[in-house]
Amino acid sequence: MSRILIIAEHLNGQLNQSTAKCVSCASKISGASIDIVVLAAQPAPIAAQAASIAGVTRVRTIANPANEHAIAAVYAPQVCAIAGEYTHVFGPSTTFGKDLMPRIAALLGASQLSDVMAVDDAHSFKRPIYAGNAIITVKAPTDQLVVATVRTASFPAAGAGGSANIEAAQVDVQLPTHTRYVHLQQGGGDRPDLQTARFVVSGGRALGSADAFKLIYDLGDKLKAGVGASRAAVDSGYAPNDMQVGQTGKIIAPELYVAIGISGAIQHLTGIKDAGTIVAINKDAEAPIFEVADIGLVGDLFKLVPELMRAL
Amino acid sequence: MKILVGLKRVVDYTVRVQVKPDGSGVAIDGVKMSINPFDEIALEEALRLRDAGKATEVVVVSIGQQSSMQQIDSGLAMGANRGILVKTDKAIQPLTAARIFAKLVEKERPGLVILGKQAIDDDANQTAQMLAALIDRPQATFASKVEIDGNLARVTREVDVGLETLEVELPAVISVDLRLNTPRFIKLPDIMKAKSKPRETLELASLGVESGDHLTVTHYAPPAKRQKGVMVKDVPELIAALKAKGLL
Repeated sequence: MSRILIIAEHLNGQLNQSTAKCVSCASKISGASIDIVVLAAQPAPIAAQAASIAGVTRVRTIANPANEHAIAAVYAPQVCAIAGEYTHVFGPSTTFGKDLMPRIAALLGASQLSDVMAVDDAHSFKRPIYAGNAIITVKAPTDQLVVATVRTASFPAAGAGGSANIEAAQVDVQLPTHTRYVHLQQGGGDRPDLQTARFVVSGGRALGSADAFKLIYDLGDKLKAGVGASRAAVDSGYAPNDMQVGQTGKIIAPELYVAIGISGAIQHLTGIKDAGTIVAINKDAEAPIFEVADIGLVGDLFKLVPELMRAL
Repeated sequence: MKILVGLKRVVDYTVRVQVKPDGSGVAIDGVKMSINPFDEIALEEALRLRDAGKATEVVVVSIGQQSSMQQIDSGLAMGANRGILVKTDKAIQPLTAARIFAKLVEKERPGLVILGKQAIDDDANQTAQMLAALIDRPQATFASKVEIDGNLARVTREVDVGLETLEVELPAVISVDLRLNTPRFIKLPDIMKAKSKPRETLELASLGVESGDHLTVTHYAPPAKRQKGVMVKDVPELIAALKAKGLL
């Protein structure tokens, strides 16, 4: 039977939804027991949120002042101290998980599967390569621990209603002091989080300036949407890096994605292909974004977006 | 201080890669090959640190067939001091790559290893973190700013919620994100100048690295296609279409 350990992602006492998405992925492995481990300075409130996720057997906490911030070099040896009890260790394919999981895998001498998008069985998974231009089926050895990051856009968050036991795990490992947290400059403000928002509005190079990009924020606010940007818009300085959607930015799966002035490079499309409905507004009728859009509108965004806002 | 930089030979980012009809792989015979774009950024950062007097030598490393010497040539033309090709015919996985780098770190004793955060072929995003684990040193991934101050590096990282800053003791491993810098273009005289720079070839077998290639790809498939949608002619039609889908 598979025994799966999921590393909880959290910030400021709040469990990130990526954790429930990892649970959803893990539950595709039939007959698996699913534990979550919470590393934190004060894990209790986070553990309580994790314990309420449906399908979770047990929540384990590792309390340590050194776990105040998610430093991979500090977290990894603690996870490894309990990993031996498991057949699989999963983390989300967010910057948190991408940073941490390979460090865990290497310490355990295991390979890692990145961005798991589907589970065939306990040792066979699907994942994208070449910016999503190919989907490979990968087999992991059955006699080794499986370490993987879960492509969160491919799985719904597991529901609430669970009541897992919460237990403190005793780990006795020496933690490094060579890596120190300095600070975190949070972007985003009050807008819905891109990776969990029901609606997302994104702007591209055609906006032409950071000033003009305000139009995208305005439409986003009108739709109560998260706001994203193409790489071209971020590279041009119209929007901050944490808004980038695509192969090297965020992979998202909102119910509605509105792409404005985005031509639709493959690197961008790979970040939105799991969206429910894609709307594209672009002045170039030949733009590749229209190949994937469910609803396309050709025209000048500076005329159409204000008109759309008035009509909403 | 010496800086080690990894240069992976990958299919150029402008090539649209297609899956072979029999699902046995991707069709990449004869396509344009380049340095992984993230690795170019890594090298540019190393060169800037050297030019600013923070480092004395930049060594570029590639792992692969003899053809990967082209990427070392490009790296030397960009300005690296010397190159090392770790030669193998097998496509290796990130854990093996990390073990190879760990061996080279033992040999070369760099103060910094700078790698791209991911290669645009396998999109794994693992090697830097694995290397840092194997040599038991700090990692600062997805860097958008690197400052060296004596024995410390202060690195700003692009994370999902914004920008995080870490301070790490050297030696350390840094993986770079897109906005760290814009790599320089290679000029013809640079290519000529690079011809005399030292290049070393090491057979992978001679390094005594345990293989970490534990994963097997059993099938390649093209991505699921989205159904082609509808074009609307104006905003009222757009609103109507969104309402019909229950989104408004």
